[in-house]
Amino acid sequence: MTRIKTLLFAVLLLPGTVLGAASDYPMEPMRPNLQDYPSLQNGARLYVNYCLGCHSLQHQRYERTADDLRIPHDIMLDNIILTNQSIGEQITTAMDRRAATNWFGAPPPDLTMVARVRGADWIYNFLKTFYLDDIRPLGVNNKVYPNVGMPHVLYGLQGVQRSACIQAPKRAANGGEMRDPLEPGRVITEEQCGHLVLEEGTGLYTPTEYDQAVYDISNFLYYVGEPTRLERHRLGIYVLLFLVVLYAFSWLLGREYHKAVR
Amino acid sequence: MAEPTPKPGRRASGWSNFIGWVDERFPILETWDYHMVKYWAPKNFNIWYVFGVLSMVVLVNQLLTGIWLTMSYVPSGDGAFASVEYIMRDVEYGWLLRYLHSTGASAFFVVVYLHMFRALMYGSYRKPRELLWLIGMAIFVVLMAEGFFGYLLPWGNMSYWGAQVIVSLVGAIPVIGPDLMEWVRGDFLMSEITLNRFFALHVVALPLVLVMLVFVHIVALHHVGSNNPDGIEIKKTKGPNGVPLDGIPFHPYYTIGHDLPAIVAFLFIFCAVVFFAPEMGGYFLEKPNFEQANPLKTPDHIAPVWYYTPYYAMLRASTFPLFGLTAKFWGFVVMAAAILLPAVIPWLDRSPVKSMRYKGLASKVMLTVFVVSFIILGYLGTIPPSAAATTLAQACTVVYFAYFVLMPWYTRVEKTKPVPDRVTMR
Repeated sequence: MTRIKTLLFAVLLLPGTVLGAASDYPMEPMRPNLQDYPSLQNGARLYVNYCLGCHSLQHQRYERTADDLRIPHDIMLDNIILTNQSIGEQITTAMDRRAATNWFGAPPPDLTMVARVRGADWIYNFLKTFYLDDIRPLGVNNKVYPNVGMPHVLYGLQGVQRSACIQAPKRAANGGEMRDPLEPGRVITEEQCGHLVLEEGTGLYTPTEYDQAVYDISNFLYYVGEPTRLERHRLGIYVLLFLVVLYAFSWLLGREYHKAVR
Repeated sequence: MAEPTPKPGRRASGWSNFIGWVDERFPILETWDYHMVKYWAPKNFNIWYVFGVLSMVVLVNQLLTGIWLTMSYVPSGDGAFASVEYIMRDVEYGWLLRYLHSTGASAFFVVVYLHMFRALMYGSYRKPRELLWLIGMAIFVVLMAEGFFGYLLPWGNMSYWGAQVIVSLVGAIPVIGPDLMEWVRGDFLMSEITLNRFFALHVVALPLVLVMLVFVHIVALHHVGSNNPDGIEIKKTKGPNGVPLDGIPFHPYYTIGHDLPAIVAFLFIFCAVVFFAPEMGGYFLEKPNFEQANPLKTPDHIAPVWYYTPYYAMLRASTFPLFGLTAKFWGFVVMAAAILLPAVIPWLDRSPVKSMRYKGLASKVMLTVFVVSFIILGYLGTIPPSAAATTLAQACTVVYFAYFVLMPWYTRVEKTKPVPDRVTMR
């Protein structure tokens, strides 16, 4: 019993980061495309440069990634594999788990399967919704993962984003924008808080470029979650076509026997 | 030395010589006749009679894919989760083996539930098939255990917490519960020790039991003969040669004429899921299970896989303590009773007729509301509990039990239709 009490106590003490509080942030849709090789390749490049320092993809190997994403092995070795690892090895991180636990409260999770656990759209929205928040130890917070224990790694690309109050169109009960009845066409606005506002010119990328970069990373992680997906679909077509043909013959054969009954 | 010149017709006579040689030492022709070409099956089987053979197909699929998965799976706390991903990525066609196995588990329950529904509908559990039904119930219970043990093996977070919830039910047993729970787990919490014993049970003990029970199930079936949609004993009207007039040889009329197209059609649906929706929207493979087991991180909402959810909903529907025993314990009792109660149905059904075709309105209504409540319970088991859901689950639990408990009464008082002497083709 004391063991359970200690455990419960430990759970209560853990920072919100570990428990992963849920959020009802309205997520933008994100549709992955596993045949968009430039996107996947760019996603791999960005991942290795910005994410792999902390987050491993320990179940995935460099070689299969190169082959699936159509990256020549020499380019992979020179530009993506930044360690002394060989191409057949798994995509591990150099970060020490124990040290990381001291720094962040929990070791940064392995992300091989993150797209299968949370969905590619979640990753996309997560990477887009970091904002400045002085209360948090790392100075940033996140809309889809409130109180996240991770810094905004893509800050340099995106720039400064704040959660601010803006004048937004007021919504009627039926969901439509409310218009001023006395002044035709004039939208009635109200102050709405919690909107993300980007300070223009503070990031390396324009918002469109940043959206594409984040899309590429999410798309890449979607691929890593299940690298055999395309092969599965390709093979599945042939299997189902074969079964259709087999069914036709087995049905005709079965009918011959059915004629004899009755 | 010169080669001996082959005699004409050597192949054909060679085969029959071989069969003759075997038959002198093993009753191979007699067995073939008894179970295949001279097993007289009623000629009026319909689509509901394919789910038995489909269960066999799925069983074979589970055994074969299971053997190959075991070759690459590592049953250890550190290695289990990683080895499943190793199978998914690095083993040639490992992803296919794994999806065939995980989809097969769900498919097994789909076909078994439909097979059982067929029996309820046509009274296949009635005399002389009571023992056949009991063996079937044993298969069902072993299958549930097999699925439960297997679900822990990927060592995902839902595997871990799902198993934790079910094992903790043992702890609700008064007096001996906590010690018993520790004994079942082999540890103070779910751990590698639990994983290893579940692995042993899943890959050796229960498959052995399952295969033996299936064998016995078929022996019993072929001894009493199959029931049929009319619930008429075809053995009562035999021709001068001793063959039932309404019977046809199981092989080839049913094997090729009936089962083969059905198996292919089933495989089409099965493969469509395997290749295009192996997660089935989180019902066959749950999202939190793609995250490694973590004793410190409880999933937001713990739900068992869909095939246990009707019983899980009944477990959760028990919300009040009784006779000084906890609600959890009573939930455990309700769940166990719900699983085991169908076993006694041969002695609850007092109707003079077997098939739903000739039973009265009461039986039809009860079977319908029973199935509806079972499906509603299945849905309720997948969603987080709420006051409204619990009330609905309680109502459905009452309906579920009423189907069985009231059966001796409603099957006796209702007006049945006359049963014809010979089977009908419709």
